[in-house]
Amino acid sequence: MFDFLTEYDVLGAFWVTVQLTVYSAIGSLIWGTILAGMRVSPVPIMRAFGTAYVNIVRNIPLTLVIIAMSLGLYQTLNIALGGGTITTTNFRLAVLGFVLYTSTFVCESLRSGINTVPVGQAEAARALGLNFGQVLRMIVLPQAFRSVIGPLTSVLIALTKNTTVASTIGVAEASLLMSEMTENESDVIGLVFMVFAMGFVILTLPAGLLLGRLAKKAAVKR
Amino acid sequence: MRFSRVLRTGALVAAVGLTLAACGQPNSEEDANKSLVQRAEDNGALTVGIKIDQPGLGLKKPDGSYEGFDVDVAKYVAKELGVEEGDIEFTETPSAQRENMIQNGDVDMIVASYSITPERDEAVDFAGPYFLAHQDLLVRKGDNSIQSAEDLNKNKKLCSVRGSTSAQNVKNDFAPNAQLQEYGGYSECLTGLENKAIDAMTTDDTILAGYAAQQPGKFQLAGAELSNENYGIGLREGDSEGKQALDEAIQKMIDSGEWKKAAEKHFGPAGYEVPEAPTVGEVVE
Repeated sequence: MFDFLTEYDVLGAFWVTVQLTVYSAIGSLIWGTILAGMRVSPVPIMRAFGTAYVNIVRNIPLTLVIIAMSLGLYQTLNIALGGGTITTTNFRLAVLGFVLYTSTFVCESLRSGINTVPVGQAEAARALGLNFGQVLRMIVLPQAFRSVIGPLTSVLIALTKNTTVASTIGVAEASLLMSEMTENESDVIGLVFMVFAMGFVILTLPAGLLLGRLAKKAAVKR
Repeated sequence: MRFSRVLRTGALVAAVGLTLAACGQPNSEEDANKSLVQRAEDNGALTVGIKIDQPGLGLKKPDGSYEGFDVDVAKYVAKELGVEEGDIEFTETPSAQRENMIQNGDVDMIVASYSITPERDEAVDFAGPYFLAHQDLLVRKGDNSIQSAEDLNKNKKLCSVRGSTSAQNVKNDFAPNAQLQEYGGYSECLTGLENKAIDAMTTDDTILAGYAAQQPGKFQLAGAELSNENYGIGLREGDSEGKQALDEAIQKMIDSGEWKKAAEKHFGPAGYEVPEAPTVGEVVE
């Protein structure tokens, strides 16, 4: 029943999906944390930038962001991000697009986490003589992160599924292989669909369960 | 007995949902088993699946009407089945859903650059072929560095639609060393070709001719016949009566000269030489 699978490199395609997810997740976590720092910072211009960035970027459809990377950055401005071939260029463009987009959600989750840290904590730290950067880095963020593992897991799962959009600029990930298979194997289209749906469940379900458990353990009991 | 508000709302939603689901069934069981000819006769109307984004073949115009070679073929054969132009309901059939839409009875037949392949033949029946297209390359006007598939292997950048047969052919057979850019649609490829970020775009020559005709003087076909695509009219599996009627209608269209007129009207402006009409019932490998 599943013998049509032998002609395709399904695992290879899902491996690209995993790579896209991991690189984008790391990038979004870094850029999202910086954005969250900006949004709670005492400098008005930084707050304004953070607010504007988050509100603009998260309201643009992801497909548009990814296509803009390829048509705008690469084709028009000739920015190839150091990729020599079309394949590596597209991969990097896609990761950049996902980072720009997903970081807004990371930022907002993290900001809600920062709000759960009692004001007294920051006030006490300031009273001890720590500056804003130190308060954020040593006192507030560690506690905030512990309380937002749950929401960040949802963001990660959404990101995993969002990577399918990368196929619109030709990154050879799972959904691109799926469109090839629906084109060729029209007689078993239901099975093709099931294989890919299962693949994504296999990727996201364990991640969700594992991080869910971690979230329970790490949460600050107040 | 008293129901809470939540329960009542829930029951209402469920009832409406069920009613809608029931309405969603396009045709009754009995209707779906009838042949295409019978349905055309009884209802005096047909639902035809086409593409709405391929200039030259099937394109939706801003005023809501459709134009293209596929549309003309659909109108001609429908007329032969006794259905007037105004009674044809055109529906978009995306490539991935074509077989399903026929099997579910969402459409009576599909005329949408639908190449006859053995896998598809398992799921649906094909009348025709009504056109023999070839995979070809579209390049910028005056660019003569690409004439055949071998030229692409010189590190040329090629563009096609993701997952399409044309893209796979390039990757697996013609030019494994060419750099393939896959996009969600042909218009992105065309932008790249214009920007010189891409050297050639590939798919069926009919579609390429349609795009070239939209912007005259900018692009040209390379004329490399890379594959044979036999366009057929898709209909429900096992409907031999319908298939025969469609075959006869296509043959009549070819014999009457209407076929050539339609082909020249839609593909001619791009400098595309309209080939001989195919032999109905004979699929060219």
